[in-house]
Amino acid sequence: MDRTDRTAATVPDPRPHAKADPDPGPDPRTRHARYAIETRDLRKTYRAKGNPDGVRALDGLDLTVAPGTVFGLLGPNGAGKSTTVKILTTLASADSGTAFVGGVDVARDPAAVRRMIGVVAQGSGADPVATGRENLVLHGRLYGLRGRDLARRADELLERLGLADAARRPVKTYSGGMLRRLDLALGLVHRPEVLFLDEPTTGLDPEGRAELWAEIARLADGDGMTILLTTHYLDEADRLAARLAIVDHGKVVAEGTPDGLKSELRGDAVHVELRVAAGPDAEERIRGALLGLDGIGDVTVAGVRVSARADSGAAAVPAVLAALDRAGEPAAAVTVARPSLDDVYLRYAGRRFGDADALATTALGGVR
Amino acid sequence: MSTTLDTPHTIARPAPAPLSEAFAHTWFMTQRQLRAFLRQPAYLVITLVQPIIWLFLFGALFHKVVDLPGFGGGTDSYIDYLVPGVIVMNAVSANMWAGMGMLEEIERGTLNGLLVTPVRRMALLNANIVSQALSTAIQSLAIIGLGALAGADYAGGVTGLLVLVLVSSVLGCVFGALSNALGMVAGERETIIGINTFLLLPATFLSTAFMPSGLMPHWMTVVARFNPINWALAASRSAMTASPDWGSVLSHSAALVGLAAFAVWLSLRMFGVYRKSV
Repeated sequence: MDRTDRTAATVPDPRPHAKADPDPGPDPRTRHARYAIETRDLRKTYRAKGNPDGVRALDGLDLTVAPGTVFGLLGPNGAGKSTTVKILTTLASADSGTAFVGGVDVARDPAAVRRMIGVVAQGSGADPVATGRENLVLHGRLYGLRGRDLARRADELLERLGLADAARRPVKTYSGGMLRRLDLALGLVHRPEVLFLDEPTTGLDPEGRAELWAEIARLADGDGMTILLTTHYLDEADRLAARLAIVDHGKVVAEGTPDGLKSELRGDAVHVELRVAAGPDAEERIRGALLGLDGIGDVTVAGVRVSARADSGAAAVPAVLAALDRAGEPAAAVTVARPSLDDVYLRYAGRRFGDADALATTALGGVR
Repeated sequence: MSTTLDTPHTIARPAPAPLSEAFAHTWFMTQRQLRAFLRQPAYLVITLVQPIIWLFLFGALFHKVVDLPGFGGGTDSYIDYLVPGVIVMNAVSANMWAGMGMLEEIERGTLNGLLVTPVRRMALLNANIVSQALSTAIQSLAIIGLGALAGADYAGGVTGLLVLVLVSSVLGCVFGALSNALGMVAGERETIIGINTFLLLPATFLSTAFMPSGLMPHWMTVVARFNPINWALAASRSAMTASPDWGSVLSHSAALVGLAAFAVWLSLRMFGVYRKSV
């Protein structure tokens, strides 16, 4: 399936973007799209005070999400996840590139896209003065729901999300977890085809997080909805997403199933803190010393921090410490950990965007 | 991969006719705004504290100014003179903070939460205008009642009071829209607070709110002529006399409506600027 083929299938009308297209186009619900979400070469730069070049949020982001799946966008803060969601949900417009939701170009027909999508943004969309139920009813009305259908839908969602008891209380009295669940209900009230969850559990306590996870997992199993989830928690993406893309500096640097990505990261992360920060020449020496060891790869050095991947972390520690001693860079502390987002990120983002040395080292360190 | 998205599960109706949808959305959004106003009766009471001070303290303190030669003002009771001044000042001071609410909705994410729904963009602004006008009218009526308690006599009858309420609501819309425009692009509360505290008293004193033009220094009367607060006062004071000068009422009202249209246009533009910055 090549790119041009895919393009022809999802963009029936090849006209270039018109700024304001008076023709709303065909009803999105009769459209057939191979992908629920597709972006091609999305770029966006925000203007910023004191920075004449602005801040580049997206730098050619390509993404395809199959219908009916939960897709995770994983990356650190500022990687471009939220900007991607803002463009896909018609809040922001890209400087260049194209984005389709359900086969509809978000720049050409944002109104049609809005009818198809549900959004749980980082901030709460709920009105604090109104009750939870009033918020739901208002949102439902905006999607054209009325009367008994709407009342039933609102009650059903409140029940399902454990908000039935709080339904008639003003939202400002809700806990963080309740507010997030209400936001989820707001995003679901019109049964969207595509649901966007932008860092849904950020700021929640572990209990609230677990509840929301359970709810999202249930949604994913349910009615064939496509869910785009952004997160900077590896465990969240791991648990909820069928596929995920790692985003860094506004690009997708790796994509695959969580298992696939992790299997490339098998082994442990060994983090060493040096007594003295390594200078530029010492960095090379440290890398050389560690990469000479069996089962050690992906060595990065930044100041006092040295990180490496080991097939077996605990077994590698004595050899690593000895090697550092021999290199004249004694360690102050060492930790061994299971792969974390940092490690995934180090591996994919680091190889792609790190300096040329790191690139060479990683290539050399391809022990597996 | 051949899955399609012809969703059997979408229950939302297709988009209804544009005009009825625009009205419906405006109504939904207005309800939302008024709910915030009505659910917080304490807010209404607090906004009336200032007018009460002006009416009862200021009114009592300055009740003798009507005896000054040159007062004119079409009345021999300072309370009669003061009520429109206090109502107009309230319309300005209550609505000039609208931008704070806008800023809060932006920060909290409520505005973006609405912008990702099919809500008509115009409905969001229309609702602000309608709810500002309505809440100002409610406050103005309350102050008219307070004025009566303080002994004001409304010579122009119901018609005069109606003009006063309408004109103060339009003035409220002017300042509400300007404040919203500021809130959408300011990004900081301090900007709004600074501008408002800087503007309110000078703008009020550079009008005939508390003192007729006959007792003002000449330069003040010149400045006041260009002050929209004064247009509202000229229109309502004239309508509230026993024999109104309807030409003056209409021309000043028309000027206010024109300014309101400009302020709404400006807030629409700033809304566009905000949406570009998201």
